[in-house]
Amino acid sequence: MSGRFSLKRIGLAVAAPVLAIVFAMLVTSVVLLAAGNNPLQAYSTMLAQLGKPRIQVNILNSATTYYLSAIAVAIGFRMNLFNIGVDGQYRLAAMLAAAVGGAIAIPAPFHALVVILVAMLVGAFWAGIAGLLKTTRGVSEVISTIMLNFIATGIVAYLLTPGRLAETTQGSNNIGTKPIPESGQVPGLAIIPGAGRNEVYGLIVLAILIGIGYWFLLSRTRFGFDLRATGSSEPAAVASGVDVKRMVVYAMLLSGAVAGLVGMPQLLGSSYTYSLDFPTGLGFTGIAIALLGRNSPIGIAFGALLWSFLDNSSNSLEFEGVPKQTVLIMQGVIVLSIVIAYELVRRYRIRQVARDVGRQLAATAPEKEAVA
Amino acid sequence: MSATLETPAAAPAEQPKRKLGSSKVWRIVYLLTLLVLLLSVVRTITGVANLTSSGTIAAALGLSVPIAMAGLGGLWSERSGVVNIGLEGMMILGTFGAGWAGYQWGPWVGLVVAIGFGALGGLLHAVATVTFAVDQIVSGVAINILAVGLTQFLAAELFTGVEGGGATQSPRIPPMGTVTLPGISSAAQWVADQGWFLISDIGGIIAGVTTDVSYITIIAILCLFGSWFLLWRTAFGLRLRSCGEAPYAAATLGVKVMRYKYIAVIVSGALAGLGGAYLAIVAAQIYREGQTAGRGYIGLAAMIFGNWRPGGLAAGAGLFGYTDALQLRGGGAVHALLLLTAIALAGYGVWLLYKRRAVGGIVSIVVAVLVALWYATTDDVPPQVAFVTPYVATLLVLSLASQRLRMPAADGKPYLKGEEH
Amino acid sequence: MIPISTDTSAAVPPAVELRDITKTFPGVVANKDINLLVRRGTVHAVVGENGAGKSTLMKTLYGMHRPDSGTIALDGQQVSLASPSDAIDRGVGMVHQHFQLADNLTVLENVVLGSEPRRGVRLDFAEARRRIMDISDRYGLDVRPDVLVEELGVGERQRVEILKVLYRGARTLILDEPTAVLVPQEVDELFGALRELKSEGLAIIFISHKLDEVLAVADEITVIRRGTTVATVLPTEVTSRKLAELMVGSELPTPETRESTVTDVAELVVSGVTLVDRSGRELLADVSFTIHRGEVLGIAGVEGNGQAELVETLMGMRRATSGTVVLGSDDVTSWSTRRRRESGMAYIAEDRIRHGLLLESPLWENRMLGHQTQAPNSRGPLLDIKGARKDTQRIVDEYDVRTPSIDVLASALSGGNQQKLIVGREMSSEPTLLIASHPTRGVDVGAQAAIWDLLREARAKGLAVLLISADLDELIGLSDSLKVMLRGRLVADADPATVTPEQLGSAMTGAEGAA
Repeated sequence: MSGRFSLKRIGLAVAAPVLAIVFAMLVTSVVLLAAGNNPLQAYSTMLAQLGKPRIQVNILNSATTYYLSAIAVAIGFRMNLFNIGVDGQYRLAAMLAAAVGGAIAIPAPFHALVVILVAMLVGAFWAGIAGLLKTTRGVSEVISTIMLNFIATGIVAYLLTPGRLAETTQGSNNIGTKPIPESGQVPGLAIIPGAGRNEVYGLIVLAILIGIGYWFLLSRTRFGFDLRATGSSEPAAVASGVDVKRMVVYAMLLSGAVAGLVGMPQLLGSSYTYSLDFPTGLGFTGIAIALLGRNSPIGIAFGALLWSFLDNSSNSLEFEGVPKQTVLIMQGVIVLSIVIAYELVRRYRIRQVARDVGRQLAATAPEKEAVA
Repeated sequence: MSATLETPAAAPAEQPKRKLGSSKVWRIVYLLTLLVLLLSVVRTITGVANLTSSGTIAAALGLSVPIAMAGLGGLWSERSGVVNIGLEGMMILGTFGAGWAGYQWGPWVGLVVAIGFGALGGLLHAVATVTFAVDQIVSGVAINILAVGLTQFLAAELFTGVEGGGATQSPRIPPMGTVTLPGISSAAQWVADQGWFLISDIGGIIAGVTTDVSYITIIAILCLFGSWFLLWRTAFGLRLRSCGEAPYAAATLGVKVMRYKYIAVIVSGALAGLGGAYLAIVAAQIYREGQTAGRGYIGLAAMIFGNWRPGGLAAGAGLFGYTDALQLRGGGAVHALLLLTAIALAGYGVWLLYKRRAVGGIVSIVVAVLVALWYATTDDVPPQVAFVTPYVATLLVLSLASQRLRMPAADGKPYLKGEEH
Repeated sequence: MIPISTDTSAAVPPAVELRDITKTFPGVVANKDINLLVRRGTVHAVVGENGAGKSTLMKTLYGMHRPDSGTIALDGQQVSLASPSDAIDRGVGMVHQHFQLADNLTVLENVVLGSEPRRGVRLDFAEARRRIMDISDRYGLDVRPDVLVEELGVGERQRVEILKVLYRGARTLILDEPTAVLVPQEVDELFGALRELKSEGLAIIFISHKLDEVLAVADEITVIRRGTTVATVLPTEVTSRKLAELMVGSELPTPETRESTVTDVAELVVSGVTLVDRSGRELLADVSFTIHRGEVLGIAGVEGNGQAELVETLMGMRRATSGTVVLGSDDVTSWSTRRRRESGMAYIAEDRIRHGLLLESPLWENRMLGHQTQAPNSRGPLLDIKGARKDTQRIVDEYDVRTPSIDVLASALSGGNQQKLIVGREMSSEPTLLIASHPTRGVDVGAQAAIWDLLREARAKGLAVLLISADLDELIGLSDSLKVMLRGRLVADADPATVTPEQLGSAMTGAEGAA
C-alpha cells in the first residue's frame, strides 16, 4: 500500500543517508587504523562531546548557519540550478550589511531588521547576476557563480581596508567594519542548561522560519509548484505554462537572498562586525548539506546538525593524538557516498513502484496490457 | 506522381567540401596580428613595457598551463558525454601528489604521482557518474569537497613536523629544470629590449616562449597536440567522441560506451593532475593549500571558449594565462589592460554595428566608453581589484561567446545501458 | 497451425530462422513462441500493431538482448547472439526507425564508427571514403561522405543508415518502420534500392504497419499479434483489410461519428500565421483556418511538415512571425502559454512523457500540471491540495484510469492510462478549445477506443477540437472537416464523409486531386 507517508517510503528515505554514514565510518576507520590510531576510541571521544553543554551550544550555532546556507543551495537545486555562488553571496552580503549596520543608529528591533534586509538584497543581487547571464546569454550558472565567488572575494578584500569600509580594531591586528551598536544586536537564547554564558544564537529562530517558509513555498504555493515542475521536467513545465526564463531569475534571486542571511546569526549574535576572520567556506558546506538532506527542509536540518556535530567534536580528537582533519575525510566520503546511495534508492523506488502497480492491477482486473 | 518533391529539411544540392583549408588559417593569422598590433599600440601609449615583455609572456605561458590542462581534461571528459566539474578537486589532488612525492623523491616522481592522484579522482567521478548514473554536476561538486578535505587531512598528517612543511604546505620541491632555445632566445630578447614599435613586442613574445620553458610546459603542449591527434585522427578518438554525440547509436554499432567514458574521465583527471603538478612544482615549488584558486573552473571556461576543440582551448587558456600574469605583475599592468579592453570592446562594438546587430554593438561601445573613463580617471588598479581580472575575463568571454558554440550533443546526459535513446 | 510454405527445391539455407522465441520482461510477456522464416533474396514483411512485439523480436535478432527460450539460426547455423557486435559479425544489419546517427559527425564518421579502417594508429580516411563510395555507387544510394549528418534530409539519412549496415557486410537487413517519415517519392526510391539489394541475394526483413506499402513491396508477410506469430501469408493471397483483421484479431474499431454537432460559432480563428526560424526557413506559411464550437478539425500530413510547429504556435510556446490567433473573442497572438491555458485552451501533447507529465511525481500532482493556476488546484497563490486530490480521484474514476491510488508515480502507469489521465485533466478545466496531437499514439487498443469516445464527447459538449494525427482512419473517423498540411502550408481540404485514405495520402505527399 503506497500512501503518502507509508512506512516503506520513510524507510527508503532514511536508508540512503544511514548507509552513507556507515560507509564513511568504515572508510575513516581504515584511514585511522593505517595511521596507527584506534577508531573506536576516536568515535567515542567524539560522541562524548555531545554531553557537554558548551559543545551543544556550538553545535546548534554552527547548524543554524549551515542550515541557512543549505536552504539557499536547495532552492536552486530544486530547479536544477546549481548555485555554487552561495559562498560569495553570503560574504559580500555580510560585509556590506555589517558596514551599514555599523553606520546607522536606529532603535531596535528595526536596526537589526535593516541589516538583515540589506544582506538579503545584496545576496539576491549577486545571485541575480548569474541568473541574468544564464537567461540572456546562456552562460552556465555553475561557472558564472564560481567566478562571482572570486570576484566577491576581491571586492570584500578591497573594501575591508582601513579608510574604506573598515577600521583597525583596537588592541589587535584585526581589521573589521565598524561594530554594530547594541540596538542592532540580537540577544542570544539561554536554552541549554548548564552552558553558563554561552547562548544559542537568537537568529536560530530566523533559520527555523526560513525552513518553514521554504517548505511552504515549495509545496503549498503555485510558484513552488512551477519551480519543482521546471526542475523535474523543463519541457513539461513549458507546456504547462511556466515561463522558464523568469523562473530561473526568480529562483536565483530567492536563493541569493537566503544566502545573504547565512552570515547574520554570527554577525548579529556574536561578532557584531565583519572582520578578517569572519568564517569562510560556508557556501560549500551548504552544498554538501543540501546534498545530504536531499533538498528537504527536515533532511537538511538533520544534515546540518550532523555536519555541525562532526565539526565541533573534531577538536576533541587532538587530545587523543588523532588529527582533527580526520573529520574532513568523514564529511567528504559521506557526501560522495550519499549521492550514490540516493541515486540507487531512487531507481530502486521507481522500479519497485512500477512493479507494485503492475502486480496490483493484474490482481484486480485481468486485462491483457499491450506490450512494449 | 513523378513530380520531384522537396522535403522540408532538404539540404541544398551542392554541398561545398568541408575542407578546413586556407581560409580558417588566414583568419587566425589575421586576428593574431591584430591583437599584437593592439598590444603594441597600448604599450606605446601607456609606456607599460610589461604588456609584452618577455617576462610577462613567459609568465603567461606558464600560468596558462594549468588552465589549459584543466580545460583539456574537461574536453576529454565532455567529448565522451560526461561533464566534469570536479576538475578543481582533481587538480588539488595533483598539487598535493606533486608536493608529497616531489619533496621526497624529486620533481619527476612528483609529476608522475600528481598525474596518478588526479587520475584516481577521475576514476571516482567515473564510478559515480558512469556506473551509478549520479547527476554529473553533483558528483563533481562532491569530489571537490572530498578532495579539499582529503588533502587537508593528509597534509596535516604528513607535513607537520617535517622541515619546511606544515599543515597547509609541503616542504620545498627540488626544481625541475627548464629548456631554452639557445640562439633565438637571446636574439629575441635583444630585439625586445630595443623598445621598437611592434617589432620589439614580437621579440618579447618570442623571447618569452623560448626562454626557460619548463619541461612540464612542453609536456602540456605535447598533450594538446596529442589530444587533437588521438581524438580526431584515430578510431579510438572517433569512438570516444561518438559517446558524447550519440551514445545509443554508438552502442548499436558495438562501441563499448561505458568503457570509453571511463577512459575519458580518468584521462581528464590525469590531465587536471598534470595541471596541478605545474602549479606545485614549477610555479610555487611547494604544495600549498588553496593554490589552485579556481583554475579548474577557468579551464572549463577555456574549453567552452574553444568550442570543445584543443586549438580554441589553447587560445582561451592563453588569454586567461595572460590576464593572470598581468595581475601578478601589479596594478600598473592591469591598468593598461583597461585601455586595451576599452579599445578592443569599441572595435568589437563597431564591427557588431556593421553587422547590423544594434543592441550588441551599442552595449559594447557603452561599456568601452565606461572602461576608458575608468582608465582615464585612475592611475592604478588596486591589487584586490587586479586579483579579479582573470575571473572577470572568464565571465566576459562566456557572456559574449556563448551563442555560436556547439557542445557535444549528448554532453551531460546520463547513459543508461540498454535503454532506448 | 502456422502456415510456413516450404520450398523443397531451395538449396540455400534460409537467411533467418526463428523458432519458438519467447521473451519476457518483468510483468510483461513481450514475445511468445514466435516462428519466423526468411529466405535469401526476398523481402519479408513483419506486421503488427503498436505494442504487438515486433520491436522486441527484432532486438532479439539483432543481439540487443537474449531470448528466454527458442533458437535463432542464421544461414542455417544456430547462433547465440550476445551483443549487436555478434549480430553484425554474422551479417545481420539493423536500420532503426529512429535513426541512430550523430548529427555533429560526418556521414563518413557515422558509417565507419566501430569498424574503422586503420593505417597503423591513424584512421584511414581515404580507404573509408573509397569503400563508402563503392557501396553507394553499387546500390545507387547516392551518399556524400564528408557532409555533417545534421545537414541531411530524412531520405538521405535513411540511405546513410542502410549504407552503414552494408558497409559491415550485412547480408540480412532489418528495416524498422522505414517509411514512417518518408514522402512517396522517397518511398519509391527506397523500394527500388530494396529490389537491388534483393537481386544481389540479400534478405530483407521489413517491419511496418503500413499495410498498402507492405503489400506493394513484400514477397512474404508474417503477422504478429499480442506477442506471437499469427499467420504467414503471401501478398497475393490477402487484402489490406484482411491483414488488418489478422493484426487486430477481431472487427476493427471504427472511430466513425454520426450526427453533426458543428455550430456556426467560431471558437478559434487562425489567420495568416507564418513562422520563420532563425535561419530564415519558413516552418509555417500563411496558415489560416477556423474551428467552430462542436467541430473537430483534423489535420493530416506526413510528420515533419509543420504540425508540431503549428501546435506550439497555437499554445504559445513559439511566437508567430506574423498572423493572428483569435480564441473566442480574444486576440491571443501575443499571450503567454499560461494565459492561453487559463482562457480555455487545453492540450494533449504528442509526446506525453516529455510535455505532458512529471514522471517522478504522483498522479495528483500531475493532475495540476498545466492548470496550476486554476481551481480546483489552487486558490489564489496557494495550492489547494485537498481539492486537487479529490478531483484527481474523480478523474481516475470517470475516465477509467487504471491505478491502485492517486499517490502512485506517473511513471508507473501504462501509456494508455497515462493518456486517459491527461485527457481527463485537460477536459476538466472547462476548455473551449482542445488541441489533441496524436492522442492515441503508443496507446493500447482498449484505451484508444476510450479516448476516441472522450473526443467525441468533447465535441458533443461544444468544444472546438483540433486533431493532429498520423492515423488516417482516426482522422477520417473523428473529424468534421479535414485539411492537409504540407511543408508548413495548408494545401487541401477534404470531406471526411467521402475521402479515402489513399486520396488523403496523395494529398499529404503533394499529388493533386484530393476530393
